Amino acid sequence: MIAIVDYKAGNLTSVRLAFEALGIPARVTDRSADILAADRVVFPGVGAAGSAMRNLSELDLAGALREVVRRGTPFLGICLGTQIILGRSEEDGGVETIGLIPGAVRLFRPESPVDKVPQIGWNAVRLRRKHPVFAGIEDGSEFYFVHSYYPCPDNAPDVVGVTDYAGVEFASVIGRGNLVATQFHPEKSGRIGLRIFRNFSEWDGRC
Amino acid sequence: MGRTMLTKRIIPCLDVRDKKVTKGVKFQNNVVLGDAVALASRYYEEGCDELVFYDITASAERRPIDIEMVREVARAIHIPFAVGGGISNLEDMSRVLLAGAEKISVNSLAVLDPRIIAEGSRAFGAQCIVLGMDPVRAEDPVRFPSGYEITIRGFRERTGLDALEWAKRAEGLGAGEIVVNSVDADGTRGGYEIRLTRLIAENVRIPVVASGGAGNPAHLAAAFREGKADAAIIAGMIHTGEYTIPAIKEELAAAGIPIRRTW
Repeated sequence: MIAIVDYKAGNLTSVRLAFEALGIPARVTDRSADILAADRVVFPGVGAAGSAMRNLSELDLAGALREVVRRGTPFLGICLGTQIILGRSEEDGGVETIGLIPGAVRLFRPESPVDKVPQIGWNAVRLRRKHPVFAGIEDGSEFYFVHSYYPCPDNAPDVVGVTDYAGVEFASVIGRGNLVATQFHPEKSGRIGLRIFRNFSEWDGRC
Repeated sequence: MGRTMLTKRIIPCLDVRDKKVTKGVKFQNNVVLGDAVALASRYYEEGCDELVFYDITASAERRPIDIEMVREVARAIHIPFAVGGGISNLEDMSRVLLAGAEKISVNSLAVLDPRIIAEGSRAFGAQCIVLGMDPVRAEDPVRFPSGYEITIRGFRERTGLDALEWAKRAEGLGAGEIVVNSVDADGTRGGYEIRLTRLIAENVRIPVVASGGAGNPAHLAAAFREGKADAAIIAGMIHTGEYTIPAIKEELAAAGIPIRRTW
């Protein structure tokens, strides 16, 4: 069973429906016990880092998330979930986040008024290295993004894929061991996005 | 490969009445084109970037949106879609989003009660709140400096609001995106209203979607290039079968417009 972590950060309907469409058992949960018992964990999220961290702390979920990542359970972060697995965010005046991977989250500050913030729409991902979750996906494929902040891991080996926007090249896919995380939304990225969920559901967490 | 780019979105619009897609000119003479979920699935398979559904009879008949249809669409397609029409409060918005829609489009409601933009944006995030506007040409430069006046209730009522003023105000209230649907161009297939689209796109910091008047791929190219639009809505040109989404994308890519190519 896949646990989809619900920490009141946005609407999880499309994540749930994407797994349902693939016939992959997945359950939305806000309980540590379910996260610890799951074969795989999906950590989604939309919204602001500050309130997300407050909700995680109220639900007391950060410990369970750290534990499953430590013990090798395949773990997939999405959007805000990806941002808060890094160590700190510029959002909401500066927020300490979970810190599963060293790095920070920064705001897009475009010089050109043509570059709107948030980035909304389809942009491509250039893969820096092969990853099992991207098996069968052409390098340079487009995915659906909605975000004003972008992930900046401290260590280059943690960057799996990159995307350009508003004058910066950012890490649109992060990976380390059994943890993989995308800034884009696989659940809203059509057939190719579903392929990521399918690959994740078959991944043993090794690279 | 070189630098990546945010691509221009192509968004088929489905006007829905009793789960059937209809198409008319200026909200008149609607003809039935087919089952809404089936047509949405087809456009999804063909590579559209997003979809928008207007439950066109909902407001006029004062009945709520067809939530079961929203659920069916969300099960069938895995790209973002917006739903408009028949939404009168936060509770309606919440139901539509929980059914699987990515965005809510508000139009007449936002004019009558602009607080709904701010409340929706706070509750669900700006990216969920699309302001749809139906501007009509207005020859009174004092009252309407942009040259366009906002209409509501399916173009039937004028509001006295200037189109650009309204766009800026909606942005300030927390709208995440603005659809500029020209009343004059709607259904004519003679091209988008480029001047107003550009005027708004250059004066707000949120994405602007061109709507109304698309008849061929060159019209989309003009909306993106001259109109500075981030996305474009199409309807008749694909509903009739005259163009397919892959054919439109191929022509835009050949013209140098950044377009999503893999799906």
